[in-house]
Amino acid sequence: MPPTNYIEAITQAIDEEMARDDRVFCLGEDIGKFGGAFKATKGLFEKYGADRVRDTPLAESGIIGVAIGAALLGMRPIAEMQFIDFISCGFNQIVNQAAKIHYRWGARVPLVIRGPCGGMVRGGPFHSQSPEAWFTHTAGLKVVAPSTPADAKGLLKSAVRDDNPVIYLEHKWLYRRPSVRQELPPGADRLVPIGRAEVKRPGRDATVITYSAMVHLALEAAEVIQREDGAAVEVVDLRTLVPLDKPTLLDSVRRTSRVLVLHEAAKTGGFGGEVAAVIAEEAFEHLDAPVRRLAALDTPVPYAPTLEDAALPSVGKIVAALRELLAY
Amino acid sequence: MAEKAPRAAPRDKAARRRHETLGLTDADCVRLFELLVTTRAMDDAVASLYRRGELPGGAFSSRGQEATAVGSCFCLNKNDVIGPVIRNSGAILTQGLSPVAVLRNFLGRADSPTRGRDGNTHLGCMDLGIIAPTSHLGTLIPVCAGAALAFKSRGEARVALTWIGDGAASIGDFHEGLNIAAVWRLPFVLIIENNGWAYSTPTSHQTLLADLSRRAEGYGIPGASFDGNDILEVIAHTRPAVERARAGEGPTLLEARTFRMKGHAEHDDASYVPRELVEHWKARDPIDGFERYLHESGVLTPDETRALRARVAADMERMEREALASPFPDAGTVAAGVFAEGEA
Repeated sequence: MPPTNYIEAITQAIDEEMARDDRVFCLGEDIGKFGGAFKATKGLFEKYGADRVRDTPLAESGIIGVAIGAALLGMRPIAEMQFIDFISCGFNQIVNQAAKIHYRWGARVPLVIRGPCGGMVRGGPFHSQSPEAWFTHTAGLKVVAPSTPADAKGLLKSAVRDDNPVIYLEHKWLYRRPSVRQELPPGADRLVPIGRAEVKRPGRDATVITYSAMVHLALEAAEVIQREDGAAVEVVDLRTLVPLDKPTLLDSVRRTSRVLVLHEAAKTGGFGGEVAAVIAEEAFEHLDAPVRRLAALDTPVPYAPTLEDAALPSVGKIVAALRELLAY
Repeated sequence: MAEKAPRAAPRDKAARRRHETLGLTDADCVRLFELLVTTRAMDDAVASLYRRGELPGGAFSSRGQEATAVGSCFCLNKNDVIGPVIRNSGAILTQGLSPVAVLRNFLGRADSPTRGRDGNTHLGCMDLGIIAPTSHLGTLIPVCAGAALAFKSRGEARVALTWIGDGAASIGDFHEGLNIAAVWRLPFVLIIENNGWAYSTPTSHQTLLADLSRRAEGYGIPGASFDGNDILEVIAHTRPAVERARAGEGPTLLEARTFRMKGHAEHDDASYVPRELVEHWKARDPIDGFERYLHESGVLTPDETRALRARVAADMERMEREALASPFPDAGTVAAGVFAEGEA
């Protein structure tokens, strides 16, 4: 088997789940014959037909609302947002319908809403956002953000099989990046459980807690620090934000005593603040330095390369932050 | 019902034929009347509980709109699905939920359909085909279209029906949901319940249209407006829409013209509503009107309707006591149920 792209892993997961379970279907804009703006559903229209790979009108609230209704009546929809930025148009359906249904009246909403998030592709303010904190703050939603093809596949399959609404954030910068390709282990039932973080690189001197595309930047920065500073940086990939795998991240913090929380979303109110607060509450006495956050500036994601690079974290910024942390 | 009571000969054969033309039996009419009277008794019980300080939250009433909810829901089969909104308590009862369950929900009790997690008629029950509303009006239109999509995908001859007020018909989900239902020819019926007022805003401030059902043309689907206070008119228009949906011909947009006889909620005296307008609609009360029809058509005698009303009132008093006896949920359960566990 040749190595698999991140987006091919997503397509495989959808394909396998659709083959396994008749109740699973996809809906979204341009996902049918066209295969989706990023080709996440490529080949599935031909295989499963127009009813199960369903093109929709341009109406995100409608798409999500319809998916919720179908889920209530026993289907297992996978709704695509062409860019995750457009999920804001369906926000009301997500936070007021999907998220609250089970708590309020006990019905199950097995629903996946997936779409490409993140920047570093010069997409500008409306095609680059990282909206996870909008949803991590809403009780009743699971939020996942995989960084590798294996995790992307295994988490999407778990999301489809979950009886709760899952916001599945896939990073478009990872879609076809050759350096993230992986040989995927065979076996259609290889799931990555929701709610389980993974140490992507072990280390004893400091921990970077991150997720999604930033995992790869953190790994690169850890390599630089190893080479140039001789320090061993551990990289914890949260993979799932809600429910948060506290044991794995706290275990790492207790071993390294120095923590950098890293994400691509804007800093203020970002999910990193929650991670930092958990560490302060539950592992304060293990820290040798204040918890440090590195995130995007509190700006919209700008278009021009000079501006976008200035706004988002980079390997250089991570290395600098780690050096300060190690020197504290 | 005391079936043996002497009944008046039908005064007007044409009047008698009205329900028969719709395929309704005398027993159907009695059932409809009982549902109407029960709905009002329940709404009145809720208002009384509110005034006595028994409700943790607000009280909403469907007074004056009972025929729209009961009549339209009566056109459905047992396994169809509804998405009722705040003034469709009659639809919830028509679908088979007991008034005591609704009262418990208003009271926030542990054994209510939402176990104290939500109040008033914000309740759902998939076993009875009831999808719960949210305060964010309009969301149920795409959601019920989605239920209809599930039916269509599986080749089931089932229908989803929901309502929206004249006010919330201004919300974006109205358009998105109805358009998707139309494009995909889903087995879906949407009824605009035009009761004249969205809180304090009259319909004339929501739309320039005199007939809201004309919007149907914009979606390429049929539409009709009718008197929502005449339950036989409601059925006469809803039934073909439901049949059309069930036959796979797609959705219909209906407008039931009715009137909100109380304020937005019990706290609201609705002093902004012109007195004469209230009087005008009071003379067209949907329950009194149907009762007259039952007398004139000889389905029930005045003694029989009086007895039925008395029985419903007595039942409601008993159910109110029963609901008040239910416990509040244990505070220790507050975090339970945010997520569904395991597989259904």
